Amino acid sequence: MSATPAEFSPPATPGGKAAEYLDQRLGIAKAAKSQLRKIFPDHWSFMLGEIALYSFIILILTGIFLTLFFTPSMNEVTYNGSYTPLDGIKMSEAYASTVNISFDVRGGLLMRQVHHWAALIFVMAITVHMLRIFFTGAFRKPREINWVIGFTLLVCALLEGFAGYSLPDDLLSGTGLRIAEGVILSIPIVGTYVSFFLFGGEFPGNDLVPRLFTIHILLVPGILLALITVHLILVFYQKHTQWAGPGRTEDNVVGLPLLPVYTAKAGGFFFVIFGVCAFLGGLVSINPIWSYGPYIPNQISAGSQPDWYIGFLEGSLRMMPNWEWNFWGHTVSFNVLIPSLVVPGILFTGLAVYPFIEAWVTGDRREHHILDRPRNVPTRTGIGVAGMTFYGVLWLVGGNDLIATHFHLSLESITWFGRFAVFLGPIFAFWVTRRICYGLQRADRDKVLHGRESGIIVRSPEGEFSEIHTPAPAGDRYKLTAHDVHRPLTLTEVADSNGVPAPRVRQAKLRARVTQWYFGTRIEKPTEEEYHDAISGGHH
Amino acid sequence: MSTGDMNHEEEHGAVAVDEHGHGAVVPAGDPFADPGLPAHRPRITDIDEKAARKAERQVALLFVLSAAATIGFMVAYTQIPRTAVANFFPIGAVSASNLALGLLLGVAMFALGAGAIYWARTLMTDVEFPQERHLLDSDPADKADAAAEFTQGVDDSGIKRRPLIKRTLIGALAVLPLPALWILRDLGPLPGDSLRHTAWTGGELIINDNTVSLDGTKGSGIRPEEITVGSLFMGRPAAALAAGEDFNNVMAKAAILLVRLDPADIASAQERDWSYEGIVAFSKICTHVGCAVDLYEQQTHHMLCPCHQSTFDLSDGGKVIFGPAARSLPQLPITVNADGFLVAKSDFTQPVGPSFWERG
Repeated sequence: MSATPAEFSPPATPGGKAAEYLDQRLGIAKAAKSQLRKIFPDHWSFMLGEIALYSFIILILTGIFLTLFFTPSMNEVTYNGSYTPLDGIKMSEAYASTVNISFDVRGGLLMRQVHHWAALIFVMAITVHMLRIFFTGAFRKPREINWVIGFTLLVCALLEGFAGYSLPDDLLSGTGLRIAEGVILSIPIVGTYVSFFLFGGEFPGNDLVPRLFTIHILLVPGILLALITVHLILVFYQKHTQWAGPGRTEDNVVGLPLLPVYTAKAGGFFFVIFGVCAFLGGLVSINPIWSYGPYIPNQISAGSQPDWYIGFLEGSLRMMPNWEWNFWGHTVSFNVLIPSLVVPGILFTGLAVYPFIEAWVTGDRREHHILDRPRNVPTRTGIGVAGMTFYGVLWLVGGNDLIATHFHLSLESITWFGRFAVFLGPIFAFWVTRRICYGLQRADRDKVLHGRESGIIVRSPEGEFSEIHTPAPAGDRYKLTAHDVHRPLTLTEVADSNGVPAPRVRQAKLRARVTQWYFGTRIEKPTEEEYHDAISGGHH
Repeated sequence: MSTGDMNHEEEHGAVAVDEHGHGAVVPAGDPFADPGLPAHRPRITDIDEKAARKAERQVALLFVLSAAATIGFMVAYTQIPRTAVANFFPIGAVSASNLALGLLLGVAMFALGAGAIYWARTLMTDVEFPQERHLLDSDPADKADAAAEFTQGVDDSGIKRRPLIKRTLIGALAVLPLPALWILRDLGPLPGDSLRHTAWTGGELIINDNTVSLDGTKGSGIRPEEITVGSLFMGRPAAALAAGEDFNNVMAKAAILLVRLDPADIASAQERDWSYEGIVAFSKICTHVGCAVDLYEQQTHHMLCPCHQSTFDLSDGGKVIFGPAARSLPQLPITVNADGFLVAKSDFTQPVGPSFWERG
């Protein structure tokens, strides 16, 4: 903290003069004064979003390079580049130019592979970052809007990834597009039309690659860039959340200053992420489209897998029973519609609106800047783990053929296992997670009341053995009791004092029931008396 | 900052108690009160100038390493021929250029980043300090002022007094986005009945996929005797050879597979009727979402789609026996022409590939 006010003197250094020039035109000193030494709290989990941001920058840089050599066209050409196994084969210009980038442009393969790896890391980082936000309750007021922006970023990232890996027009991505066509066709009433408009006629047509190219390099990245900017401005403006701890309250943010510490740490971290992507691009082959061959609709390779973030849709499609309705000359393919549109629709809508649902349940209108430890909100944590389990089962079944061949299991039994596990797994996961959370809360409570086991056993003059406990230091006592313990509402609380039920009584009743489910079982924080009893009374 | 006034005795847990708490000093007041920020613990580099100088040298070394790798990257770019192959355990034969460029770029980036982070962690301040946070919502006076300004603005526009303007404006804005949809009409043709037809017609020669030339314009037909019991053939209509730019569109619907079954094994009467001496032709396009079915189990006559594992029984009208596909693989009726080559008797009698709303 700079306590002494600085005296203004006309700048003498070139940097100072430049700053003065800008300040006279833009008034930057005011902003710089308050923002240069802005405090950011430190915790490893706060860098997950940074990974997403940095991989996005890497994607833009490597992507610009790739556009210089990629030809977004489905016109047919005969290949005669330096990769001889494809010599003389007819293929689209898109595919041929991707092979050329890989073999005839120096550094081209590296840029392609770094681009692909960074894309996988981008979606992964967004996902894990979002889980962090979810489990720590960082989406609560005032950050609900930023949650929705982040959610939109996730959806755009999935779309962007799918559009990107479809561009080379190789056998694997063409198969993915064929599946996408089948999915679009399953949409009732408009599906066939949407498909014809998207592909410019029948699948695959000659228009899709140039259209996807515009979507992939202009439309979606533009949206991503705009939303990321707003996302970061909000993080800056609303200030970062922090963990509870001695000296850390709802009214402050404790950490290290942007200049120099986070400039160095965050800036350095960008290069670390870029370095890791470069190592991966140099060492680990990814999407070797030359070995897949160009897309031809009657060819396929067994064991084909999409990029990891499409895997859950793949699994969902694989495990769905084959239900289809035919009536009045129309067909509804539930076997495609439900797993590929309804299931992700429900999953993603739930994700987007969760902050608002929880706010309605808790009725909490306060601002929250101190993060929840996941154990202290067992129902939310349980819901999150249930969601992860649901997603995880879908994702695993997306590789049911590989699991079957690698572990010599029956494909049919894996699929049937998935059909049950996708429903039972989340319920079980929810129940187990809540139990674990309660257990951890009890352990915390115990730590506050009785301190830590020191491992020293003493014998009293009466012959009794007991273990020395080290009392919890004040900092720990504060940290472990800083959370709220929410209470369920009872129906009397939703009626007014004369017993007249509140208006919209049905909604109130529903809310009372949901709070009962959320907060019915809870571990109370130790009271002052309990603490004094424990420390002096000598009984549990 | 309240770092100085904290209870050090508490911090170090100086008082030992037994498991019942005997022996503890009972803290006065609220035992769960915020004790304030703990005192800063200096790092070795804060107190030992020698350690600090060592850290400085380590940071500088990382920066030098980064610069060296950057230069190495440019040298590798120009010096390593793009066709050179490196054998790199345990990865195997890889492009030497890609390997060198990747490693050097990785070192250039990683060392620079690691140097900056190490600098921050060892030599920059690690004294945490608090900054105040304020409620985000404005104070009531500002809210009232903002509302008043807004009301004044609305009043000045006269929109409330002139409902005609308001209504016509809303109407105009409501229809304005429609052209954005209208103008997309030419993205593609209307489906019509195109999904119901393929390139197969009565007498269309079945071309053996394996005989098709590299450029896709030449290929020969199949004689029934070439297909032995248990073998699998891939076929395409002769029209595909002349399809040019439309080749993929033709294949997306017309690709077929042929197998010869023992006629006694064919369970469906229609399938036998549409076969030729036990040779049956089925659409190769999966009825689930359109992948090419490809994995044939000779003994059971099962055909599996590698995408989502829909399994079809080729000896029983292509019926679905497992997986997410709802409909049988469509069968193509076949016969032989005057030259003794297999030909289609007609087009498929139902749409091939994935279901769609108008399919019925």
